[in-house]
Amino acid sequence: MKFLDEYRDADTGRAVLAEIARVAARLPSVKIMEVCGGHTHALHRFGVLDLLPANVEMVHGPGCPVCVVPMGRIDDAIDLAARDGVTMCCYGDLLRVPGNRRNLLDARAAGADVRIVYSPLDALAIAVAEPDREVVFLGIGFETTAPATALTVLEAQRQDVANFSVLCDHVLIVPGLRAILSSPDVRLDGFLGPGHVSTVIGCAPFQFVADEYELPLVVSGFEPLDLLEGLLMVLRQIAEGRHEVENQYRRIVPDDGNPVAMRTIASVFELRDHFEWRGLGTLAHSALAIREDLARFDAERRFDLPGVRIADPRACQCGEVLKGVLRPWECKVFGTACTPETPIGTCMVSSEGACAAAFTYGGKRREVAVRTS
Amino acid sequence: MCLAIPAQITEIGVDHPDLALAEVDGVRRTVNVALVLEDGLVVGDWVLIHVGFAMSIIDEDEARRSLELLKVLGEELA
Amino acid sequence: MSRADDRITSAHGAGGRATARLIDEVFRPRLASTHLDAGADGVWLGDRAVSADAFVVTPWNFPGGALGSLAVHGSVNDLAVVGARARHLTATFVLEEGIAIDALAEQVEAMGDAARRCGVEVVAADTKVVERGHGDGLFVSVTAIGDPISAWRPDHTAISAGDAIVVSGPVADHGVAVMVARGDLSLSVDVRSDSAPVVEQVEALLADVPTVRVLRDPTRGGLATVVNELVVRQGLGAVVREAAVPIRASVRATCELLGLDPLYVACEGRFVAVVAAAQAAAAVAAIDRISGGGAAVIGDVTAGDVVELETHLGGRRRLDVLVGDPLPRIC
Repeated sequence: MKFLDEYRDADTGRAVLAEIARVAARLPSVKIMEVCGGHTHALHRFGVLDLLPANVEMVHGPGCPVCVVPMGRIDDAIDLAARDGVTMCCYGDLLRVPGNRRNLLDARAAGADVRIVYSPLDALAIAVAEPDREVVFLGIGFETTAPATALTVLEAQRQDVANFSVLCDHVLIVPGLRAILSSPDVRLDGFLGPGHVSTVIGCAPFQFVADEYELPLVVSGFEPLDLLEGLLMVLRQIAEGRHEVENQYRRIVPDDGNPVAMRTIASVFELRDHFEWRGLGTLAHSALAIREDLARFDAERRFDLPGVRIADPRACQCGEVLKGVLRPWECKVFGTACTPETPIGTCMVSSEGACAAAFTYGGKRREVAVRTS
Repeated sequence: MCLAIPAQITEIGVDHPDLALAEVDGVRRTVNVALVLEDGLVVGDWVLIHVGFAMSIIDEDEARRSLELLKVLGEELA
Repeated sequence: MSRADDRITSAHGAGGRATARLIDEVFRPRLASTHLDAGADGVWLGDRAVSADAFVVTPWNFPGGALGSLAVHGSVNDLAVVGARARHLTATFVLEEGIAIDALAEQVEAMGDAARRCGVEVVAADTKVVERGHGDGLFVSVTAIGDPISAWRPDHTAISAGDAIVVSGPVADHGVAVMVARGDLSLSVDVRSDSAPVVEQVEALLADVPTVRVLRDPTRGGLATVVNELVVRQGLGAVVREAAVPIRASVRATCELLGLDPLYVACEGRFVAVVAAAQAAAAVAAIDRISGGGAAVIGDVTAGDVVELETHLGGRRRLDVLVGDPLPRIC
């Protein structure tokens, strides 16, 4: 596949790895956080973690939108999905996310009309094709995904579709990242910045990492060579005592992002005062809601939802994992009570959740290797 | 987060000015290109597709340049 | 039992860990049988082999196949991988009230055609009608009975570290073709299901390669799950080389787009063979002679107790059995 296979080339990968080893040899142990869950998944999937020098530790960050949705919001979706006449459309990632007692797959097994869609436009098409159903799209994701939901709402307005609404759980990456950085128990030396979020917001919103926290951040792509080059750029900054925001992913990410996408987000969404993030608590101005003037497409306004806040399960240490304080396998329930089939915490649900990736791809093997080397 | 892959635009304006046909290795889908039309999208461009939307036009010159740099690094070390 | 186990979900039908646990916890202890305990697709009763399989697929017709022919091919293949050539089938059709008789006839026709092409005869059949809403249109349950292809019988205990793992052709075609044919992903893909009998390929392999240890068809759960099942029961592991696994470009692109791993997506016309390393090339040649090409050596059995993938980049990571039902994802 063009623009994919070139970035999976093993020979070039070995060369970049050799350079990483050369730079890392001059450094003490460093912890680098990949902010984005897509990076977490890719680092495992491509076997990159297995090839890094022992003194370079990757810490998995908060950038998995599925992982940070609190249980109460999932319960709202399940409650709505179970109602007569309602069709709940969502991305496949969300079906296994646990609510308080069950997930959307369980709800579907019990008779709810829950459908997987690839695009929010497909949910809108279902609404048009089945005017007797109340079609609700469960909107989730960071700034990458928000413009798609926004354009779909605008399209619903243009076509005057009366039976379509969005249950909006969109969150913003910067408040999540700030929450991590301001946590007193976090010790990090640099960041791989989220590549696809940056196609929308650009690189400037991450400048605070360099300015306020004096740490390097390199916006990186998702293929093996992207990940390796991004890491090399972070390590070079550390070695040279620099702390800047750099862009490894220039072929995709313009430095100033996508202004049309930003305007689209602003025309459909407004900032929520507060939003609860699973594991991280309530963060100010960290999530999006549908604007008042588009209220008829807002499932929260259109339906009476339980809106019950459910405390995170006590045994679960997702918060510590999301902050990078605990490695996934250091959580009390990792791999025993909490597995991808019966997840307790959301980090175990999404395939890009830190715990699910570590469980599936054998993160512990790397841990053992690090300890013994 | 945000699974996205490169695909090539083969037709613009399918039923609607914002809709285009994208193709990669025999996989075709109608995608919404409203977010990249202003950047001067033309047929033949490669774009990054996420949940049925084109997010960004891929800068092919930049892609070649950066890949060359990495290859040079490999040759220097070899 | 935990929350997710209270009811049957799609994960129990996906062929991964949930399926295995359902069989181990609900079926094996209650149907005590040494044959069931062996966990094979087909079993030998003296000089005849028997298999049981049920088929459900939506939509009934998909590029490269149909429910009716799939039921025949799947049953023929279950016997082929234990070294038998299917001769007779019995079929039970569970029909949901309301389905069109023409559409049913089309599937029965597909079954009859496939049976004739495979040289098997449907010798007994039954129908049951269930109330509307109590069945997904049409279920077909098949029992197949077959004769030995040769004196060969599968021997799991013969699998040893160093053996080669061979796959008979490109993987994941069937699962991707069906997923696309459902239409709800609005994709158009140049891919056809690989649904086909593998018995001729198996016969050629067994004739040429005396060191075939075992064969399996990577249906539900895909290649990764089958490799795990073959070696882990023997206390062994495996390394699968990502670059060596044959996958069609369009199948790979669909999987990249939907965030699926093709190593977990079902095939319906492929098999995995474990053979002595020295005869790996002969195995590939024997299969290719019949199929026209596409078989590949994809990895080795190892002494460890885990299955790992050696990635394109040269790193290694675990390659587990399928967990849950593979769902398209966006993140």
